[in-house]
Amino acid sequence: MQTPAPVEYARATSVGDAIALLEKHGDEARLLAGGHSLLPMMKLRLARPEILIDLNDLDELRGIRIEGDEIVVGAMVTHAEILDSPVLAEHYSIFREAEKVIADPIVRNKGTIGGSMCQADPSEDLSAVGSALKGSVIIQGSGGKRSLALREFHEGPYETKVGDAEILTEVRFPIRPGAGSAYEKVERRVGDWPVASAGAFVVVAGGVVKDCGIGLTAVGAEHFCAPDAEAFLIGKAPTEENLSAAAKLAADACTPYADQRGPVDYKLHLAHELTLRVLRRAVASSQGA
Amino acid sequence: MTAVEEVPLSAAGNPIGFGSMRRVEDARFVRGQGNYVDDVNLPGMLHSAILRSPHAHARIVSIDASAAEALPGVVAVITGKILEGIPRPSLLGDNFAWMPTLSYDTQAVLATDKVRFQGQEVAYVIAESRYIAKDALELIDVDYEVLEPVMDAKMALDAGAPIIRDDKGQTDNSITDVHGNKTWESGNAESTAAAIAAAKADPNCVVVTQEIMYPRVHPAPMETCGSVSYLDKVTGQLTMYTTTQAPHAHRTVYAMVAGLPEQKIRIISPDIGGGFGNKVPVYPGYVLSVIGTIVTGKPVKWIEDRNENLTSTGFARDYHMTASIAATKEGKILAVDVDVLADHGAFNGVAQPTNYPAGFFNIFSGSYDYPDAHCKVTPVYTNKAPGGVAYACSFRITEAAYVIERVVDCLAQELQMDPAELRLKNLLRPEQFPYTSPTGWEYDSGQYEKTMRVAMEMAGYDELRREQAEKRTRGEYMGIGISFFTEGVGAGPRRDMDILGLGMADGIELRVHPTGKAQLRLSVQSQGQGHETTFAQIVAHELGIPPEDIEVLHGDTDNTPFGLGTYGSRSTPVSGAAASVVARKVRDRARIVAAAALECAPDDLDWELGRWYVKGDRERGKTIAEIALLSHSSLELPEGVEGHLDATAVYNPPSLTYPYGCYICVVDVDPGTGQVKVRRFIAVDDCGTRINPMIVEGQVHGGLADGVGMALMELIAFDTDGNNLGGSFMDYLLPTAVECPDWELGETVTPSPHHPIGAKGVGESATVGSPAAVVNAVIDALSPFGVRHADMPLTPANVWRAIQGNAIRVDMAIE
Repeated sequence: MQTPAPVEYARATSVGDAIALLEKHGDEARLLAGGHSLLPMMKLRLARPEILIDLNDLDELRGIRIEGDEIVVGAMVTHAEILDSPVLAEHYSIFREAEKVIADPIVRNKGTIGGSMCQADPSEDLSAVGSALKGSVIIQGSGGKRSLALREFHEGPYETKVGDAEILTEVRFPIRPGAGSAYEKVERRVGDWPVASAGAFVVVAGGVVKDCGIGLTAVGAEHFCAPDAEAFLIGKAPTEENLSAAAKLAADACTPYADQRGPVDYKLHLAHELTLRVLRRAVASSQGA
Repeated sequence: MTAVEEVPLSAAGNPIGFGSMRRVEDARFVRGQGNYVDDVNLPGMLHSAILRSPHAHARIVSIDASAAEALPGVVAVITGKILEGIPRPSLLGDNFAWMPTLSYDTQAVLATDKVRFQGQEVAYVIAESRYIAKDALELIDVDYEVLEPVMDAKMALDAGAPIIRDDKGQTDNSITDVHGNKTWESGNAESTAAAIAAAKADPNCVVVTQEIMYPRVHPAPMETCGSVSYLDKVTGQLTMYTTTQAPHAHRTVYAMVAGLPEQKIRIISPDIGGGFGNKVPVYPGYVLSVIGTIVTGKPVKWIEDRNENLTSTGFARDYHMTASIAATKEGKILAVDVDVLADHGAFNGVAQPTNYPAGFFNIFSGSYDYPDAHCKVTPVYTNKAPGGVAYACSFRITEAAYVIERVVDCLAQELQMDPAELRLKNLLRPEQFPYTSPTGWEYDSGQYEKTMRVAMEMAGYDELRREQAEKRTRGEYMGIGISFFTEGVGAGPRRDMDILGLGMADGIELRVHPTGKAQLRLSVQSQGQGHETTFAQIVAHELGIPPEDIEVLHGDTDNTPFGLGTYGSRSTPVSGAAASVVARKVRDRARIVAAAALECAPDDLDWELGRWYVKGDRERGKTIAEIALLSHSSLELPEGVEGHLDATAVYNPPSLTYPYGCYICVVDVDPGTGQVKVRRFIAVDDCGTRINPMIVEGQVHGGLADGVGMALMELIAFDTDGNNLGGSFMDYLLPTAVECPDWELGETVTPSPHHPIGAKGVGESATVGSPAAVVNAVIDALSPFGVRHADMPLTPANVWRAIQGNAIRVDMAIE
């Protein structure tokens, strides 16, 4: 049995209450969402907050809904709910494909999208999905709410632009009629963090790529995306040659490091290979194949 | 094909003898009512935790525990310095800071001079709760002078390498065994070298040499190690609830280590949540809990957490092997030579019979008929955790089976010969048994070709090869891998096999109560093997009483006779034989009692299952239950029989038993990502008589999952700074159901001729035999890319790198 260091605990009754608790306790407080990263880190004593502010009673942070031309996902929506969401599946198959390979059912039942985004693990799959879809987040503090593009959200590994007394409340994804999307992950074993993952959406119309987004994780892609590869594809026919060239540009944007999941050359190869594979399938899906 | 005869069923529907029946222990396990060491809570019990070294190699300059001692709830902080000051009345070192290993080396209980691996025990805190004990660890200030560690076993013997065991006055990192040997050789070096040289010179022969590593892995039982110790100062009795696979051997070791009188030590090994060899050694934590209760006068619990288990307790393998195989171009194997660099970590803590310092590795000549074999094993110290024989390895037969099965496949590739055909050409033939191998093992029985053909038939081998050829034309890479393994299990004959001087014979005791119900008291210790079920079935087979009427007791040294414990697949070959022998003693005694009751001579009685009857008059007879009551009655018994049916036995096995099997694995490899999917796995085992086929199949299932894990993902590697890179289940990957196919099991039954019921032991067969099948399948898939070998684990990265011609060196950090 692993034993965390002593910690206080508070159960927030509203987002406002949670923000007030954060302001009261300063940067030694941590928000508890699904807890599947934070609690293991505490048990290993790699993290030792002085107080946990539990968000699990906040129904206002739950639910998936359409607002205008955006899908809005509450910060406390779990991986399992994303996996099962007909709304998300209708617009983007990337969600189901990514969620199927995130951790295991036990983690997915508790882990949340807000927690995943704010943990900002450099190998987080949902960060790649969010960047691929060019989503945005709503961040709330005592001064009000602000919106931020996900591609500007991360400051680096495990660091985001969410302030000490702020809470991420929503993640939003633009709806793109005709978009096809896909996600691919290579892992050493089911439930492991990715060796590398890639996700993409593509809108093909009139024989050319009208819009696309490419997300990558675990390979050191800045903001989990590959804008040069996207720019290259826009306006071009989605031929194998063009997709491969784009995948190469995506890999060129990556700076992975070697670890027990693999050496640098392999991870760069995967960045190329997986990007190519998801682009192929996203194109085929957009074309109605 | 099966040796399991139709047996009558009991009123409860269980076979009165051999056959599948549900495990009686499962009723408590599936209800969450098992009783593990961590479930033991004694009045006034204290808790404890161990401070471990963050460094692989460092000198301890000072330890300041004053802040920890001042923490409310802390009862005591013990350091190596304190233990050094406690004299020990023992031949095994003069103070408590050091203890003997099972290989006659010494190991630090708490480090005094240096730490020698990351995770080594440095200080011990006893406190009122586990939380407080862990909090106190953070308050202990240790000043380390960091030293250069030896992490690459290949550099351990280099001149100028840092000396790890300066405590023993060593001037290099070689290991010397109790016989004074620095290398361990077996077989005939000269004839093997000559055969290989001749083959090299002969245009009609080939010699293939391949470096093959079996990397360091960990048994990773779900229950970590731990103990609850209590020294009752009134009675002087030490009671120790502990996670051990060998309670009696541990009792004797504690008596020697602690200097306590052995009759005052009681080891209780309750339900054990998996062992796989991890719970054979005596660990510092166990000893510290004993010291803890001596110091505090209260019961002290010590339970490892997962990281501690993975980083400090007995690892497995870590063998760097170079194998050369010589053969004719027609595929007749001529000779095999294996050179091994064995990484034993910082202390030689290997648990194996004394005369076998490399375990049973020298059975590596395998299942094939050739005259010349030789191996040389060079053991070295490194700055890694000690251990080496664990993880269901049958005393390193995993390494042996892997190296021969891998190099035979390399030979097949060189000869461009189907690996099944190559094996069939060389398998030992039934008439060769008993067969003495080139390294001196006497295989008891086998029908190897028959077993292999059953496996090939089940797999549809020829059809698989056709499918493979067709897929390759489409750029799809499937692979078919074969492994044919032979194990020697059931250690072992007392004349040859002991651990720390304790001969490996097992005692047993069978009590038959007046109502005909029985208690069987075992020395061996189940960790999930189902002893409470199968041992009752053995007695049922011999006495004809229902298995549910036989209570199997084990795991409490005060209530069971002495024996060496459960590991190396020895329970059925040794204690299973003892159960049969003791039941036959009861049966023989019952015959005398029955004869007295039936007023005839014992020789006038015949046996049928469960009863003695008068020859020629089946109606006149007595059941075991009737005889049991008579044995307790006023019936006048012949001279020499005092009464009762109870009996004891000690079984000293005449030899090992030799289970074997043929495994075929089918994989699909994605060359773009390196991912391997195990599509099918066919396992045909011959373990002799199957006492409970359902339990045998369960054992095989578990071992096959182990094999998939080792072949594809499990690994403990280290970086050059000495950091353990497999210290949690996030890094040390165990396979899940997703990675395992539906196992396809088959069997042949070739009973052991020297075992009372012909059983051979099967607990480790699948772990021993399966890794080679998986690896051979992956390499077979990759052969169009010119790949001949890559080391386990074949992770996606390693497979992709192998395709690039640049497979990963697995024992060190990936760079």
